[in-house]
Amino acid sequence: MGSFQSLPDDHQYRTLSLKTGFSLEQIAILHNRFKQLSQNEETLRRDDLKTIQDLESNPIRYQIIEAFFDRRNFQKDGVGSVEEIGFEEFLTVMSYFRAPAHHITEEQREEIRRAKLRFLFNMHDTDNDGTITLEEYRHVVEELLSRSGALGRETAKGIADAAMLEVASISVGPMAPDEFYEGITFEHFLKILKGIEIETRMHIRFLNMDTAVFCKQHSV
Amino acid sequence: GYLHFTKKKKKTFLRTRGSETISKAGTDQSGVALVINRPPSNHTPDTDPDPDPGETTQAVFTLNYPRIQIPFEITLWVLLASFAKIGFHVYHKITVWVPESCLLISIGLIVGGIMHSLHEKPPAVLTSNAFFLYMLPPIVLDSGYFMPTRPFFENFGTVLWFAVVGTLWNSIGIGISLFAICQIEVFGVQDITLQENFLFASIISAVEPVAVLTVFEDISVHEQLYIVVFGECLFNDAVTVVLYNLFNHVAALEVVEAGDVFLDIGRFFVVGLGGTIFGALFGFVTAFTTRFTGKVREIEPLIIFLYSYLAYLIAELFAISSIMAIVICALTMKYYVEENVSQRSCTTIRHVIKMVGSVSETLIFFFLGVVTITTEHEWNWGYILFALLFALLWRGLGILVLTQIINPFRTIPFNFKDQFGLAYGGLRGAVSFALAFTLPDNIGRKDLFITGTIVVIIFTVFIQGITIRPLLKLMNVRKTNRNQETINDEIHKRLMEHTVAGIEDLCGQWSHYYWKDKFMKFNNRILRKILIRDNHPESSIVALYKKLELQNAMEVLDQMSGDISAAPSLISLHEERKNASKSRKKFLSSDVTNMHELLSKNMYKIRHRTVSYTNKHTLPDDITAREILMRRHTSLRRSLRAGSFHGTNAAKMSQKYFSLPMGRSLNSRFPPRRLVHADGDIESEINYSSIRHPQRVSSKAVMPLRPLNTLKEVASSVNTVDGQNEEQRGCRRSHLGSNVSRSGHLTSHLPHGSSRNCSDGDHDAWVEEPQNNSDVQHPLMRRPHWLPQKPHDK
Repeated sequence: MGSFQSLPDDHQYRTLSLKTGFSLEQIAILHNRFKQLSQNEETLRRDDLKTIQDLESNPIRYQIIEAFFDRRNFQKDGVGSVEEIGFEEFLTVMSYFRAPAHHITEEQREEIRRAKLRFLFNMHDTDNDGTITLEEYRHVVEELLSRSGALGRETAKGIADAAMLEVASISVGPMAPDEFYEGITFEHFLKILKGIEIETRMHIRFLNMDTAVFCKQHSV
Repeated sequence: GYLHFTKKKKKTFLRTRGSETISKAGTDQSGVALVINRPPSNHTPDTDPDPDPGETTQAVFTLNYPRIQIPFEITLWVLLASFAKIGFHVYHKITVWVPESCLLISIGLIVGGIMHSLHEKPPAVLTSNAFFLYMLPPIVLDSGYFMPTRPFFENFGTVLWFAVVGTLWNSIGIGISLFAICQIEVFGVQDITLQENFLFASIISAVEPVAVLTVFEDISVHEQLYIVVFGECLFNDAVTVVLYNLFNHVAALEVVEAGDVFLDIGRFFVVGLGGTIFGALFGFVTAFTTRFTGKVREIEPLIIFLYSYLAYLIAELFAISSIMAIVICALTMKYYVEENVSQRSCTTIRHVIKMVGSVSETLIFFFLGVVTITTEHEWNWGYILFALLFALLWRGLGILVLTQIINPFRTIPFNFKDQFGLAYGGLRGAVSFALAFTLPDNIGRKDLFITGTIVVIIFTVFIQGITIRPLLKLMNVRKTNRNQETINDEIHKRLMEHTVAGIEDLCGQWSHYYWKDKFMKFNNRILRKILIRDNHPESSIVALYKKLELQNAMEVLDQMSGDISAAPSLISLHEERKNASKSRKKFLSSDVTNMHELLSKNMYKIRHRTVSYTNKHTLPDDITAREILMRRHTSLRRSLRAGSFHGTNAAKMSQKYFSLPMGRSLNSRFPPRRLVHADGDIESEINYSSIRHPQRVSSKAVMPLRPLNTLKEVASSVNTVDGQNEEQRGCRRSHLGSNVSRSGHLTSHLPHGSSRNCSDGDHDAWVEEPQNNSDVQHPLMRRPHWLPQKPHDK
């Protein structure tokens, strides 16, 4: 949806701003970036994102890129993924990383937390079945550890297994020897990550809106 | 006269032979602290009424005290201070509640009292030169070298902010308020000029981290707070010294013009920046030099010290900030040097730096105590009390204001508790004292200043130092969750960081990661190639394993008393492992901790979190991981060696490890000590001896160990394990190291998890299993004759 004309006007910005919570300047900047990335087309594809140099060295780049094309991140009940996105979707995904305003109520904070955790959950849960299975988790841990080549996959597996065990013990409690743990549901996910201050960790700091200074000149 | 040498508990009385010149020299010499010369009543050897048998043997037994006097006394002082330090730790509880600086000052006070009652003067070794050239550099080098670099750089802005602006704020604030006080006639201190006030103010605004950091570390305070205090103290030493010199210089001037002031401000920046650049330069030169010391390992530590000291001296030469120079030098060179030098040199360097630094500091505090009693004090109630008041007030205000300003720029803002910790933790210490003591004599009220400084120091160290701990505990300052983190937390934190970084890249936003990444790239591409000898980018965990294997190997060889034949049949061991049925998971706390270490060290680092801090008074503890792995190694060894661990023992041992209690995370502490007990004392012995010595493996492995592949081997071996499940408990074993079945003895109830191909899709229950650690495979461990005839678990 929402392919913009080449000269977006305020009105569209404003609706977006309402929807995603970004300020108008931030939207303008992001739009510039969007155009930069998509080479002035109206939609963005995966390949466009893959060309970003700095992203190359990020171990979870695929998940990140994938997250942008994941329908679940666009709206509540989306399923599946798309091939290309417009600016609106781009902005929607970016809005997960907005810094929470200082004065918000407890529920809003909780909601923001849930939204962010949901984003993370979706990143893990690649097959869209609503649970993070051991395999998926392992995959993530492997990626994270992929920098140090000396560690075998087994180590990563071990760690992932340990993590699953933790989740199991925290959310399900003690289990009989015969039970097995299927996978992490979103509720369990919320539970185990209760301790982390998501709000402070998972946001981009838009320090300064002076794009000329701060945006990197990318050869994209 | 005769020679009488009595050594009382901490005093030395020395009588010389009747030479008057010596005795006179003794009393006049202010350098003679411990020598109490009781000039014998004008003896000369000939007229001595008590002919000593030793008299006639004058040629055989002579005493020449003056010759050794100075080194002797220095040695005695240092020894005394060391005894004091030893004494404190005898009763552990003291050091918990009372910071070491307090204790040192107390001992100093006692000694001072003794000396005072004997009408002795303290040694005048604390001259300006002695302090600045000999005593201060080790202290600063110590701080600089053991500074945790990454958190430091992450918080660099904050640190600088507090250090520079904070100290300026304090000095100027206190100076002005004191000047205002001076104007009030009733206190009778009108003769103190503004410059002198500023000078005094700058002296008493120098904050000392020692006590505070110990407390912070003990109560596991928030890392951010820790690093800010640490960094602030370090830099404000530099700032204070600069200000001190500045104001000193200014105080000497009769008239201060506005132009001078601006010049001074400009000078301030030149000094600071100059020091930094200088230090960096020296750091790189040192690193470069160590590249070539491969063949002359013995002088490696020497090079480090010499260069650091040289940086300090040359900076002094140019009157730029020598403290900054030496600190930056230490910071920059540490990283490269530790890769170039041998492990022994590395240990030596660390030990020596720590030693000299702490000796220096101890001496200064000690001195403080002594001087307090023995000098002539000029006491002025009003001035001094107000000085104290203002010192506290301005610090508090300063922290408040500065935090407000800088909080928006921080991702993790300081809350009020943090601020309280910062403000209350502003103890004054050694540097202030030394600066006061070495004030030039042309300052009219020098004694007053010294007294004032001493009062402030003693107050802050004693009162604040002792109470800060309970207060912080009470307020429940935000702590690090070092020990309560679950693995999931760790993983997800990293995940979030990466995600955020990725998104930032995506949207082209520049964050503070940008510079770091840039620098790391530059570092890897250029700097490392130039400065490091063998440039193997090695994962730290691999280095760790290498080192441990090496160590273990050596110990094995030691113990086997030459039974080398037992050594590797690597391949057979490998195969044996293959058949080992172990794929059981048991997550002991040590495993988990190890996993944490792994995770924290190996995940692509954006924000690298330090897990272990450094305690100012001891060497840095980067040994936790090693300890764990060491234990495993030794227990592995034990298990293989002591084929006696069968049945009963195993049963006993398995009881020691209970399964995960309800609701607790994996990190709940299983007492790892039990392992030690079960395994006997040799293990603990080995542990302790090996733990004491952090060693580093030079990048060339000395032995062609296969061990490096163990990790991979494990991988392959486990993969090929086909599982046979025992019903008893389906458990999965940690793959963390190896999967040696602690073979036989646990055969009977060795469940047999297999490493399933996950396509299986079904998972065994997650239950803890007692673990008898045998994680890292050690090929050299293999002793064929001990190899359990136990069938490898079928």
